[in-house]
Amino acid sequence: MISLNVNGESHSIDADPEMPLLWALRDILNLTGTKYGCGVAQCGACVVHLDGEAVRSCVTKVSRAGGRKVITIEGLSANNDHPLQKAWQEIDVPQCGYCHSGQIMSAAVLLRENPNPTDADIDAAMSGNICRCGTYPRIRKAIHLAAAWQAKGNGR
Amino acid sequence: MSQQNEATTTSRRNFLKTAGIAGSGLCLALYFPSLAKAAKIVNADEGGVDDVEMNAWVHINTSGKVTIFCHRAEMGQGAYQAVPQIVAEELEVDLDKVNIVFAQGNRKKYGGQVTGGSSTVRGSYKNLLKLGATAREMLIAAAAARWGVPAAECFAASAQVHHRPGGKTLHYGELVVSASKMEAPKEVKQKARADYKLIGKPLKRQDTVLKTNGTAIFGIDKKIPGMKYAAVERNPRLRGTVKSYDDSATMRVPGVTKVIKVKMAVFNTYREGVAVIANSTWAAMQGKKALKVEWDDSGFEHISTEDIYKRQQEDLATKEGLLLKKVGDPDAVIKKGGKVLDVVYQTPYQSHSCMEPLNCIAHYQGDKLEVWGPIQGPDWVQDFLSKEMGVAKENVFINMTFLGGGFGRKAFLDYPHEACVISKEIGAPVQVVWSREDDMTQGPYRPGVSYRCEAVVANGGIEAFKVRMSGQNTDHWDAEKSTKANGSTSEGFLKPYFEAIGNVSFSDVPFETPIPIMWWRSVYASTNGFAYESFIDEIALAAGKDPLELRRQYLKEDRIRKQIDKLVEVSGWKNRKKNEGYGVAMTECFNSTVGQVVKVSRGANGKVKIDHVWAVMDCGWYVNPDTIRAQVEGSIVMALGAATIHEITFKDGLVEQKNFYAYKMPRISDIPFEIEVHIMDNDAAAGGVGEPGLPPFAPALTNAIFDLTGSRIRKLPFDMNTI
Ligand code: FES
Ligand code: FES
Repeated sequence: MISLNVNGESHSIDADPEMPLLWALRDILNLTGTKYGCGVAQCGACVVHLDGEAVRSCVTKVSRAGGRKVITIEGLSANNDHPLQKAWQEIDVPQCGYCHSGQIMSAAVLLRENPNPTDADIDAAMSGNICRCGTYPRIRKAIHLAAAWQAKGNGR
Repeated sequence: MSQQNEATTTSRRNFLKTAGIAGSGLCLALYFPSLAKAAKIVNADEGGVDDVEMNAWVHINTSGKVTIFCHRAEMGQGAYQAVPQIVAEELEVDLDKVNIVFAQGNRKKYGGQVTGGSSTVRGSYKNLLKLGATAREMLIAAAAARWGVPAAECFAASAQVHHRPGGKTLHYGELVVSASKMEAPKEVKQKARADYKLIGKPLKRQDTVLKTNGTAIFGIDKKIPGMKYAAVERNPRLRGTVKSYDDSATMRVPGVTKVIKVKMAVFNTYREGVAVIANSTWAAMQGKKALKVEWDDSGFEHISTEDIYKRQQEDLATKEGLLLKKVGDPDAVIKKGGKVLDVVYQTPYQSHSCMEPLNCIAHYQGDKLEVWGPIQGPDWVQDFLSKEMGVAKENVFINMTFLGGGFGRKAFLDYPHEACVISKEIGAPVQVVWSREDDMTQGPYRPGVSYRCEAVVANGGIEAFKVRMSGQNTDHWDAEKSTKANGSTSEGFLKPYFEAIGNVSFSDVPFETPIPIMWWRSVYASTNGFAYESFIDEIALAAGKDPLELRRQYLKEDRIRKQIDKLVEVSGWKNRKKNEGYGVAMTECFNSTVGQVVKVSRGANGKVKIDHVWAVMDCGWYVNPDTIRAQVEGSIVMALGAATIHEITFKDGLVEQKNFYAYKMPRISDIPFEIEVHIMDNDAAAGGVGEPGLPPFAPALTNAIFDLTGSRIRKLPFDMNTI
């Protein structure tokens, strides 16, 4: 049994300790917002926060998450109103939407660490996230918008 | 079936009285009003709220909740937004209060549902407007009858009918039962475009909120009670059979319950594999890794990329091929000689690599079959599975989820079929998830194509224009010998050129290989456009003409002239500076013409970089300008990847790229430039939106690079860093 704290809730799950956190979240806890895209740390679709750090859950063993705080896209905000989620909605960033759980989770760490990121900062923080639909121009705009909202104190 | 046919069938769709969504409904046949007899209550719930089917797309329940069915797949292109946005306009309901539901596969009810050829809006908007207006008029008539006033004194707004003089109001839920009993009017008045409140407006997409908090359900997210998980090891050489397998290590993987041999249809052939059944996706994938399979794939070891292009180009050097279209006599002009251009362009095989790998859930129950998944053509899947699985079509239920990308791949029938075969074999519902490696190495792919383009340039213009292409033909999916030219040989080429140039021909030099191929966003235009629009640029140079002016010489219609003017205006084409390279390209597919100008320069490190892209889309009548901008932006990013970053190659019959570390994707850092999209406003019939923005990008880019550096790129992909 592995105990996990996901989005503030404690779970005790019966999983192979080698199982990636991704599949434990998706198949055991039914938290399907975190996506499988490549399984080899190439695409970022599976990004979650582990003790506040962005990690690729496809290459993070579930045992490594034991006893630590996991936040998934479902737990990023209570009402879909994190400044990034709101900026994503304002700019209508998603197309197919499959990559955007991971995009938003990566961007959330960027914005927390760097409240006013430049384009170069965005490139550096977001280059691990692929978007096959090509929403990159809008992702960039939305991160800047969320940063601006946050600076004005009305991010939420 | 070709994409063109799909659009035609759609426009000729018949609305017949059929079984309803839940199997108990009656569809009021809007296009055959005489068939409309009575309201049908399709869902009576305990709270006493009845759901009434006004027509195939519109249900209204007696408490006033409106449901609009989206009959096409949502793969990012915006059908989930566009279909309801059109219906809601004439129905007079607020879009954000509507419940949007994906329709099941049912061609009798919805017409063609294969979401390809950028056909959703252009193929159905007239019908959707009409059925929305018809339902509205029936609701107004019901209110007027109840109040005993003339219908002309009533109007509808925000899902209510109002009687202006009497100040009376009833909501649709109070009217729907009696409205549905009324005879559908034969003719209904539709709104003028100027009066639209929703159509033509950049409304926010209804699916965005679901896609920012993880609640959108894609195929891979769907769960069915009792569902097992499966991973399949398929023949790595694309065709062939299982000789034997050893599952002893697999069966020791915790969670694995069963290993079986499976067979799935790939067009007219079958592909074999070994399926591992388990209690989680991960266990199935681990079990698959532990399998030892011996394949019989003799006869396919020879396939190599090098050989493919060598054969294509040898053929192009000597063979005339099958003629698709000819105007005048270009051969005679070429024979006379003069300033003759004769060049070869080459474009690569590409994988769709949707962000959501292929997956599908099937539940086979003997006389009934139900499927859930990211499916582009639910009606097509229904037909196919009914035939392959021997289940009556009316008992085959195909449920679309959101698609994490489609691009043509998810219109293919193999992966739903495979899931059904496994479900039947194990007697339980099962979800088959393809790993990224499965998805990338199994195809089908966009075919790699070579083009030989010849022209005679004289008197500042084009005297003859002759094209031969050699590449696999999607009209011949089964790899039978081609006896007819690929119907898409000239796709992408602007139609007015044919008559205006005068001596033009397009031929297909048939090329066969067992590699499975499939439509890839914008299909043949995605490769043709590169050849044809690069060639026009080469001709302009030879003719001593500005590339846009040369196009203007042949494009005289008012509509396209306006588009060219717009492109010149927004891009600052006339104020180009010395150290900047500008390139232009214009292509047409799926009834929309897109022109793009790319500006490049050399960065501080001496490397060529893209500074700006301007796109002007003419898709005639349109629904949501923001969706159009998004689609063109995304098409440009996808085209950049296919032109400068990734390519599928074959060696010894195997695909060489297995995951994104080898088949690299554009990243956000590759798109530092701005993409500016403009939309032409006119009253022409609606054209496609999801694909036509892709083909012009590659040639506009390489033409710009030529303008800056003098080096002509005739082979894709190329590396921007090495120019
Ligand atoms: S699925 Fe984890 S990085 Fe791609
Ligand atoms: S929106 Fe489709 S992959 Fe990013």
